[in-house]
Amino acid sequence: MLAFEDKPVLDGISFSLAHGETKAIFGVAGSGKSTLLKLAMGLVRPDEGRIFVLGNDITRMREEELFELRRQIGMVFQESALFDSLTVRDNVAYRLMEEGDVSEQEINTRVREALSFVELEHTIDKLPSELSGGMRRRVAIARAIITHPEILLYDSPAGGLDPVTSTTIIELIVKQRDVYKTSSLLVTHRLQDAFVMASHYFDKQANRMLPLSPGAKGDVPIGFLILRDGKIIFDGDVQQLSHSRDEYIREYIS
Amino acid sequence: MGAGNLLTNLELISPADFIKQKVQSVQDYALLAAQAVGNLFRRPLYVADMVQQADLIGWGSMPIIILAGAASGAVLALNSASTLQRFGSLGLIAQLVSVGMVRQLGPIITGLMVAGRNASGMASELGSMMVTEQIDAMRALGTDPTKKLVTPRVVATVFMLFFLTIISDLFGLVGGAMVAVLMLGLDSHQFWTSSWQILAFQDVFTGLVQPIFYGFIIATVGCSKHYRLSRRRAGF
Repeated sequence: MLAFEDKPVLDGISFSLAHGETKAIFGVAGSGKSTLLKLAMGLVRPDEGRIFVLGNDITRMREEELFELRRQIGMVFQESALFDSLTVRDNVAYRLMEEGDVSEQEINTRVREALSFVELEHTIDKLPSELSGGMRRRVAIARAIITHPEILLYDSPAGGLDPVTSTTIIELIVKQRDVYKTSSLLVTHRLQDAFVMASHYFDKQANRMLPLSPGAKGDVPIGFLILRDGKIIFDGDVQQLSHSRDEYIREYIS
Repeated sequence: MGAGNLLTNLELISPADFIKQKVQSVQDYALLAAQAVGNLFRRPLYVADMVQQADLIGWGSMPIIILAGAASGAVLALNSASTLQRFGSLGLIAQLVSVGMVRQLGPIITGLMVAGRNASGMASELGSMMVTEQIDAMRALGTDPTKKLVTPRVVATVFMLFFLTIISDLFGLVGGAMVAVLMLGLDSHQFWTSSWQILAFQDVFTGLVQPIFYGFIIATVGCSKHYRLSRRRAGF
């Protein structure tokens, strides 16, 4: 349970994320989706209840202990949250530079590797203010994946972007899921994005996202979670979602 | 919408809640101040950020400090000149400007200038980082924001305010000397000699201890607004 100023925001939330699975979290604005991610990252602490991340009870850990754990979790924030006084390279390399024991050469190699994943190597010396909104999201993804985390948390990564750019972002998330098998929580209010993720896979040879053949639906590891008024009203896969009889859910997905 | 409607929308806070809020903010401030100092003894120490802040606060405030120091020294001399003249002791003007600037005016004027110029800047800078989730991102990337953002600002302000005060004192005397020599016709050598001789260790000591405390207060207050917000969000 978590309340702000005595007003409960999330209550009775319980779910688990399997290894390699991507869970898409839906809900209307203000339903606590972003807060849920911040709870999972330990940025916000619950008033009641416990949260286990990679086997650790993060509700009882001190901030210093959480820093260690967060090394294995990458987070992409809603508005990218890039440090605007640092260049793209320094933003992406931030965590490695903070750790201090990584050589300059290795930092450069890994920054290039992360930036090539999001196809933005040419922006390495630019400042975030010189990039478009979509490019900033991609840099934020590069920053989150540089340490090859076990869990990725995406907070509306395609929110507020045009359909073409948002497909590019979704393609990157699918690539991360299918190539690196990273478990992830994806907050979004765009149902179509999640359906694209459920119906496509990333083809390494073709280096792009391809639709699954008919009948193969459900083969990709993706689950859905719907929040309403601070509670989970749906937790299941794409089949269960499309057959749901709940009126609210039907209205949401229609 | 009528006035009555407006009135009903006003929220009344119970006295207990009001007092609780005030006590909470004192507690938050005290914790932040303690943490800012405690971070100096914990690794990592962000020396590069300290130097960068020192440049912004110290070098950046230089013009306004010189101007404010010189103006207050000059005004001090000008205002006291007529009174001193009535008693026939215009020669004391150097001592008056010197003791006045070094003991009190220098530190206070420098403190006010830096507070106006930098403390508000810190609050808005950290506030905007908070809103754009950069502070959360920093924590997510394994950095303690009080170490990376608050401590460098506090250290830089304390350190630079000390030297800015010395510069302000000096230019206060220059301003006083200009008035004394150019307008009142005093001898420049006499002005500097007597302003130097009157200063006792006690005067200089009092004048240079103050900026250390002022600097600490200015920077911690400037940073505390953001910090309160983040602590509440962190659910402590």
